Amino acid sequence: MTRAMMLVLAMLALSTCARAAEVQAAVAANFAAPMKAIVAEFEQATGHKVHLSFGASGRFYAQIRNGAPFHVLLSADEDIPARLEREGLSVPASRFTYAVGTLVLWSARTDFVDARGAVLSRGAFAHLAVANPKLAPYGAAAMETLDKLGFAAALRSKLVFGENIAQAHQFVASGNAELGFVALSQVMKDGRIAGGSAWVVPASMHSPIRQDAVILARGRGNAAAAALLRFLHQAGAVAIIRSYGYRV
Amino acid sequence: MTALVARFRHCYPGFGLDVDVRLPARGVTALFGPSGSGKTTLLRLIAGLEKAADGYLTVGGAVWQDANHFVATHVRPLGYVFQDARLFPHLDVQRNLEYGLRRVPPASRRVSLDGVIDLLGIGPLMHRKPDRLSGGERQRVAIARALAVSPSLLLMDEPLAALDQARKQEVLPYLERLHDALEIPVVYVSHSIDEVARLADHLLVLDAGRVSAQGTPAELMARDDLHLARGDEIGSLIEATVASHDDAYQLTDVVFPGGRVSLPRQAAAVGERVRIRIMARDVSLTLAAQTGTSIINILLARVTRIAEAGPSQSLVALDLGGTAILARVTRKSVDALGLNPGLAVHAQIKGVAIL
Amino acid sequence: MFSAANLAAIVLTLKLASVVTLLLLLIGTPIAWWLANTRSWLKPPVEAVVALPFVLPPSVLGFYLLVSMGPNGPVGHVTQALGLGTLPFTFAGLVVGSVFYSLPFVVQPIQNAFAAIGPGLLEAAATLRARPWDRFATVALPLARPGFVTAAVLGFAHTVGEFGVVLMVGGNIPGRTQVVSVQIYDHVEALEYAQAHELAIVLMAFSFATLLLLYAVNRRVAALGA
Repeated sequence: MTRAMMLVLAMLALSTCARAAEVQAAVAANFAAPMKAIVAEFEQATGHKVHLSFGASGRFYAQIRNGAPFHVLLSADEDIPARLEREGLSVPASRFTYAVGTLVLWSARTDFVDARGAVLSRGAFAHLAVANPKLAPYGAAAMETLDKLGFAAALRSKLVFGENIAQAHQFVASGNAELGFVALSQVMKDGRIAGGSAWVVPASMHSPIRQDAVILARGRGNAAAAALLRFLHQAGAVAIIRSYGYRV
Repeated sequence: MTALVARFRHCYPGFGLDVDVRLPARGVTALFGPSGSGKTTLLRLIAGLEKAADGYLTVGGAVWQDANHFVATHVRPLGYVFQDARLFPHLDVQRNLEYGLRRVPPASRRVSLDGVIDLLGIGPLMHRKPDRLSGGERQRVAIARALAVSPSLLLMDEPLAALDQARKQEVLPYLERLHDALEIPVVYVSHSIDEVARLADHLLVLDAGRVSAQGTPAELMARDDLHLARGDEIGSLIEATVASHDDAYQLTDVVFPGGRVSLPRQAAAVGERVRIRIMARDVSLTLAAQTGTSIINILLARVTRIAEAGPSQSLVALDLGGTAILARVTRKSVDALGLNPGLAVHAQIKGVAIL
Repeated sequence: MFSAANLAAIVLTLKLASVVTLLLLLIGTPIAWWLANTRSWLKPPVEAVVALPFVLPPSVLGFYLLVSMGPNGPVGHVTQALGLGTLPFTFAGLVVGSVFYSLPFVVQPIQNAFAAIGPGLLEAAATLRARPWDRFATVALPLARPGFVTAAVLGFAHTVGEFGVVLMVGGNIPGRTQVVSVQIYDHVEALEYAQAHELAIVLMAFSFATLLLLYAVNRRVAALGA
């Protein structure tokens, strides 16, 4: 190998380094598992580095307004990204729906929830867990579903509220609530419902649970931020998202 | 008559107590000994504040502890005066005094609270909190509180040890009044030979958890082998009677078995019993009767024993004919005078203190 | 002035803190007495267990309470066998969780107060014919009073300010388990900052007033004692 070739290789390596960038991503807690899988592929494909923070979208909003150093937000809803855009805290026109959540009525016990959700009409349970409808889109969707079924009033006294969809899931998983409305992504493993019994709520029962992503004002001009959001559209990422029970 | 029989064997880490004592039914018994000799422990065992693994205790015929029984402290009819008074800080003097009194059934009350208050001179203190009392006042209240329960036995744990010299002098007269007024046995822990000399009728010397001697204070204090007092404090205690007063020279003569001494004029009446103390350092010896000396108290004595007391000093025990005293002289003088047990000498007494 | 939901949360919080404080004094006093007087080898482990809430994040305690009081947990088995159902999502469940969580704040001041009295005065009381219970009631309790005041104030205030445990086991049911601290969190998460301020300021003012009272009283007691 000649001296000149080594020099060229060294320069190539340097230029790759110069193009690789870092991105701070705030990600809704319900999307944690698919996002980790996607980021692993993304980093391998692009050489960019992604730092992930998982949490509640409302808290991220408050933090972003107060100067949190995030470049992108993958929200659990569509309202917060829209609001950030209105307030000039995001890059205009960067907003899009990366996943549509699926609501499921789930129990940790087998044979408790039937395939049509008739268990709700019998009411033979003490606690029905839902995420706080004020805070979590899955909670709002659950309340819409109960309304539509006509059980909202009858079951009001049995409702217990998780702060978010993760806590609602924990109430059901620990058996403290016999059943609850959770995200399909929480009970899916390897493309199927891993345990207990479930009724996948039809999309017609509630308005769609759109989860939107947006590039934040601090991510303007960050090549890695734009690349990450583009990557979510690619076939590989879409397959991962679907395998966790989301629609795209 | 025996009032108290106590046998205790008790082991602590690094210390063991093994005693078997009988104490008289009346008067003050002093438990005397250096720190760590077990006097306070013995007192606490008698009170039931500690429990000896192996113990037997009867007081006035009642069993307080044996192999099968252990009477709890609050059931034992005793009074206890602690070294640090231990008055209840949230109660005033009156309610401190009433604390024990109220817990004694009326039928068992033999002591009048007013009498006790009077005896200890604490009438003006009744509405003060303990933190507004001086050390001496606190100790007097503590004694009154212990007496108010009409105890059959009074236990006192160095009640003067925490006080300075002036406070001691304030409280001691009350203890002496107590000694004369009480009909019950008192066990008094002390490491001060002065207190023992003034208060005790009976003395029990403890050393390393064992009784090394017992008897009357006069007997034991004349014994040089016990080291009841150190150095300059060594002396003898004598029970004496006032014989006469000399108004012209302002002197008082007292007599005791084997002797008569003059001391500065005392208020005591002729015939009254007094305790006098003669320090060993104030006694010198001559073989022949001296004339032309300023010393007025010269007594005939017989040497009973000679013990070394330091590199240059010896202690000579003397018998005055029924009464024992000690003299401290140099070893050189012992040889020069040829002092030996049995030898007759003249003891010149430079000073006599009345207690 | 307050919204109905905020008012309900305030009332519930005060009720919870009162019940918990009362229970803590009842449970904490014998524990504190035992700890202050025992020479047992069990003392260090018991002290460590009581003090755990000092160092553990409330989420840990809340998580274990949720699991153990649930239908499959050991506590849940007992409460179900007694016909009481399970405790999570009930006021009783919040009380149990809060008692655990605030226990060291009550036990330690009382234990310190008992320890400061020492055995001397109790021995004196024994020589004055007082039985053990009598000694406890007439000597230990009155002398430990500043410790009890501190314990009650801290227990009450700490329960009012507690968040993690009630969040984990409460289920956030309005009027039953939705206390002020959780309500504030909800308002913040829901971007209802005005409502959050309303409650947060009340909580802040209450906490400050409580601590001010405590320190002022303790200073007065210290001055009286001197």
